[in-house]
Amino acid sequence: MSQPAAEYNVSSPFNKTGLHSPQGKTIFTGEFAVETQGLSLRFGQKLAVDALDLKIPRGSIYGFLGPNGSGKSTSIRMLTGLLKPSAGTAKVLGETLPGAEEKLRLRIGYMTQKFSLYDNLSVQENLDFVARIYGIKRASAKQRRDELIELYELNPQRKQLAGSMSGGQKQRLALAAATLHKPELLFLDEPTSAVDPENRREFWERLFDLSDAGTTILVSTHYMDEAERCHQLAILDLGVKRADGTPQALMNAMNAWTIEVSGDNLRALKAQLQQENEVVSAAQIGARLRVLIHKCRSTEDPLLWLQQRAGGRELEMVRPNLEDVFVNCTGARVTQNNRHADADDQAESAHHVE
Amino acid sequence: MWNRIFAIISKELRQLSRDRMSFGLIVMIPLIQLTLFGYAINTDARMLPAGVLDMEQSSYSRALIQAVEASQVVQFQAQYFTLPEAEAAITRGEVKAVLYLPADLDGRLLRRTQTDANPDMSEPIGQWLVDGSDTVVAGSIRGLRNMPLNEIRDQAYALPTPTMEVVQYFNPEQRTVVNIVPGLLGIILTMTMVLFTSAAIVREREQGNMEFLITTPVQPFELMLGKIVPYVLVGFIQIAIILGAGNLVFDVPVRGRLDYLALAALLFICASLTLGLVISTIAKSQLQAMQMTVFVLLPSILLSGFLFPFEAMPVPAQWIAEVLPATHFMRMSRGIILRDADIFSLQFDALALIVFTIVGLIVASSRFSKRLN
Repeated sequence: MSQPAAEYNVSSPFNKTGLHSPQGKTIFTGEFAVETQGLSLRFGQKLAVDALDLKIPRGSIYGFLGPNGSGKSTSIRMLTGLLKPSAGTAKVLGETLPGAEEKLRLRIGYMTQKFSLYDNLSVQENLDFVARIYGIKRASAKQRRDELIELYELNPQRKQLAGSMSGGQKQRLALAAATLHKPELLFLDEPTSAVDPENRREFWERLFDLSDAGTTILVSTHYMDEAERCHQLAILDLGVKRADGTPQALMNAMNAWTIEVSGDNLRALKAQLQQENEVVSAAQIGARLRVLIHKCRSTEDPLLWLQQRAGGRELEMVRPNLEDVFVNCTGARVTQNNRHADADDQAESAHHVE
Repeated sequence: MWNRIFAIISKELRQLSRDRMSFGLIVMIPLIQLTLFGYAINTDARMLPAGVLDMEQSSYSRALIQAVEASQVVQFQAQYFTLPEAEAAITRGEVKAVLYLPADLDGRLLRRTQTDANPDMSEPIGQWLVDGSDTVVAGSIRGLRNMPLNEIRDQAYALPTPTMEVVQYFNPEQRTVVNIVPGLLGIILTMTMVLFTSAAIVREREQGNMEFLITTPVQPFELMLGKIVPYVLVGFIQIAIILGAGNLVFDVPVRGRLDYLALAALLFICASLTLGLVISTIAKSQLQAMQMTVFVLLPSILLSGFLFPFEAMPVPAQWIAEVLPATHFMRMSRGIILRDADIFSLQFDALALIVFTIVGLIVASSRFSKRLN
């Protein structure tokens, strides 16, 4: 169902600013910037990433959502060529991995989870160094550097050592460095883990700007609000992709009801509900208990089902949010074994949730 | 390619100039080591604490004791009256040696003048009891065996004619420091070159810079070369410091041609740096890199010929020493600095260092992969 990735030799937008070679540059125009089949990585006994199948549309912002140790960073490192997969292949911008890592260096950008530029070099020196490493000509490198310093509001810090800057400033510098060579595909590994909420909003504005300009972005996160901003996302847990799709589709397709209970003694109710096979999770949010109930025969009328257990407390069916999807996906593994497998259910959910 | 190498070199130099600690070490390590080794290491023992056990107590014995002390090899600190007493003092470590003068010293001196004609018949006039556990001490005392007796009876005693004459080239005053300073070049360069390069790469990995760097088009070889070159410069600065201070403070001459010395030093620096690179591809942290450097440094100090003559070591130890770059450089630097040797006469050592560098570069580049697993 996927089209063969097509490549055309077109004149590069870099030529206008004099970046890179004047002969024009291969720009990838396939439908998917990244396609993987059964991508796996084994560390000793542990399967860090288990048969990952991904399709990341070109030009989109694609999110990896998952808890720590779910294989987000490992997947990104395989796609950037830092780790060699123990099984499976990936097509990145039309090139096959493993094998074409070096060819892709100039076309992808990577912002590491930990700040990876030099603490004892200034903003300007760091960017100059990166520009020279990418082989950008001196004059255009200078122009590009100043452009980035302006764009990412680093002018006051221009001569400041990177080590003495704030988390937000460091992050902007890292993004500037990762996009200096105008990559077609940008990998961001938990880019906002060291910045405050305000800077996070601002950062996402910049990502949308990049996306608008045609850059495909793959970003990993464990923040729900960030995941919600992605065009599409994959939920990873223990190295397995549990679900993927647009945030909206994921919420709609969730195979669980979301009901909020308000009333007295919610802690006791929570403990009681967690014993039930049909309950995926019960979490207290303020004065209410948010209960996820698995969709199956016995819960065809979830409100009635819950009413029998919740006593006289008030119930309200609510719209699921991304966190519910996430909990439903990652919590599933805990209860999967004691849940009576309903054939219809499985068939219904197999499309999105594995 | 060259652009990337230059980028790494200039980045490295800039970082180095901001790292005050490293910069200080580059200058201070040679100065401190030179002072320490230059003043402290002396294989020619002087003023050893000694005792005397004088059974005769005559004017002759007192004159003999004075003559011995005038040699400055020993300094008499105690007088003993019985042999067990003297032996106990040596055991306790109060004195390193005891001079035993027998009760018939006078008679022995007299007989010595009479048996003048036949030196084989002469008997010793005294005896040294020495704590021989330290060979340097024992050796210095042994040097007193044939001391002249002219002043004691105002009478000429014929000295035994030596079988062979010894002419000491290159260091006629037999100052240890003359041999130490050229050797110290090798030791200090081993220490700083191996440590700095191994730490420089491991640090990039530890601080996460490497993860970004290997997603860029930079090649392992370019990275290695860019990391090495700045430290070649550092090595030459250190050589200048050691030779300059050695010449000013310890009066150690540089007899050979400076261009030969520079060439030998360049070969050695390159060999040491590649050794550092190999270590950096094995070590996981800066601490490990440091431990592995010490693992190389200790044999370099002990086996390279820096402290003890290479030829005096057993053959297996010599094999080990031949694998250390410091051994080869030690021979070259002493040859050029002290003996004005031609570098072409030292070609075996030069060749060994070149082979070492090439093998090291190949090993390091092949071990360094642009992957994390």
